[in-house]
Amino acid sequence: MSLSENQVSQIAHLACLSLNEAELKDNTQNLNAISSLVEQLANIETDSVEPMSHPLHMFQRLREDVVSEKEQLALFQSIAPEIRNGYYLVPTVIK
Amino acid sequence: MEWETVIGLEIHVQLNTKSKIFSSALTKYGKKPNSQACAVDLGLPGVLPVLNIEAVNKAIRFGVSINAHINKCNIFDRKNYFYPDLPKGYQISQMDWPIVGKGKIEIILGNQTKVIGITRAHLEEDAGKSIHDMFDDNTAIDLNRAGIPLLEIVSEPDISSAKEAVAYTKKVHTLVQYIDICDGNMQEGSFRFDVNISIRPKGQKELGIRTELKNINSFKFLERAINFEVKRQKDVLEDSEKVVQETRLYDSVKNETRSMRLKEETNDYRYFPDPDLLPVEISNELLEKVKQTLPELPDQKKIRFVTELGLSEYDADVLISQKSLADYFEVMLENNIVNAKLCANWVMGELSAALNKYQINIQNSPITAQSLSLLISRISDDTISVKTAKDVFKYMWDSKNSADEIIRVKGLKQMTNMVEIEVIIEQVIANSTLQVSQFKLGNNKILGFFIGKIMKLTSGKVNPKQVNKLLRKKLL
Repeated sequence: MSLSENQVSQIAHLACLSLNEAELKDNTQNLNAISSLVEQLANIETDSVEPMSHPLHMFQRLREDVVSEKEQLALFQSIAPEIRNGYYLVPTVIK
Repeated sequence: MEWETVIGLEIHVQLNTKSKIFSSALTKYGKKPNSQACAVDLGLPGVLPVLNIEAVNKAIRFGVSINAHINKCNIFDRKNYFYPDLPKGYQISQMDWPIVGKGKIEIILGNQTKVIGITRAHLEEDAGKSIHDMFDDNTAIDLNRAGIPLLEIVSEPDISSAKEAVAYTKKVHTLVQYIDICDGNMQEGSFRFDVNISIRPKGQKELGIRTELKNINSFKFLERAINFEVKRQKDVLEDSEKVVQETRLYDSVKNETRSMRLKEETNDYRYFPDPDLLPVEISNELLEKVKQTLPELPDQKKIRFVTELGLSEYDADVLISQKSLADYFEVMLENNIVNAKLCANWVMGELSAALNKYQINIQNSPITAQSLSLLISRISDDTISVKTAKDVFKYMWDSKNSADEIIRVKGLKQMTNMVEIEVIIEQVIANSTLQVSQFKLGNNKILGFFIGKIMKLTSGKVNPKQVNKLLRKKLL
């Protein structure tokens, strides 16, 4: 499978990345190199292997439903670019 | 042309856990902005999500209550999209292996029942809140809601009208409160819907192009939004134009849906398994435990009310429609099971009317279930008449005194001394010669005149049935 520049540009758009023409070419080439590496896997016989979602053969440990977080609003907001009245501010989304 | 409506619903149910789905932060509603958004909820680098066992238990409770398939191994995925109230750039959700698989829910419309298929129900985290109109130059973000556990219940496109959609969502709304997985508070957004609507010529198999209405949080708006959208799609198709597949916003003030005018692009969320979270195993042991702790479900309660208590289907439906109402009624029955029908009438009549008038929740009713039950007993043991009971009810509402206390202090007890009652009846007969002769000529209606007089003389403290019987005996 090889990716076209159009597809890479679409992926970049979905990831909110702006790529100039040189970067687009570069990224397409790099991604195709990676995908051809992954393609080697297609040669392996996997019919008898169950699909897995995680490389570890383990199940998740669950947490008890207990509140243990203390409020640290001031600390978290001290690293935010812009705050007002306790809100985080971002550029206007809807006009 | 005759059209057929096809509706599928996604219901977002906020699970009522104490802490968030992947962090140990508080889930309370209405707290100071961002005060309960911890490092995990903010998506700061280096944090790891750890799944809350209660979110899993509650999802299983729902699955078991609708006899759905529970996936013994279920997996969390990342759903990728950019929006400022989703700080990680992805929402943790479930795509291919949701916790709850296929199930069904039966709804009743008039005399007809219909089965609505449930495709799946999956666990996910809620996003934060964007507030667009607070500041002129910026959008404000509150991440207190980020990470609150949601169960998204997805229906098959089996719903064919706004009325069915309302019946279905109300049924789920009642159920999630019965099994105690959600507080059901729609104003606070604990229970909200996305609706997919399309229409097709009647009889056609292929589905029409659908539109999606997002984030509706009232049954009334759901019904109106669907009716508006169906009519709009009919108008579009009958003008030989095409319905555009898009997300539309329902404006409850103007009662219309309108395109959100976002640049249309394919919904490519690039789902992939979240490497931070291992698969979740649901053991048979856990499944059994949840099954055993499941309370009586609304449908089961309804059957019991009808078959064991002799209530009508209608009465049973009203009483089970809200868990708090059913709970109140059942506390009344503890000492009054013989008067079930009378108790039901009073809960749905006097009590509901008063609660409605003063906008009070039944949990905060000034008259407790035990005290109302006592009042009902005083009707059934003939201490007071129904008419007097209504007055006593008003006094109880205002004073919070018991029925017995009010009956005693106000002297409302019915006269039971037959000799005394007979004396009064004889006195009334003696003073009404004209009416007596009318009765003797066959005017039965005149009995009302006598009863009125007797009631007045006794301040309504006699049993009308008893008086009627005695009066007839004396007049003949």
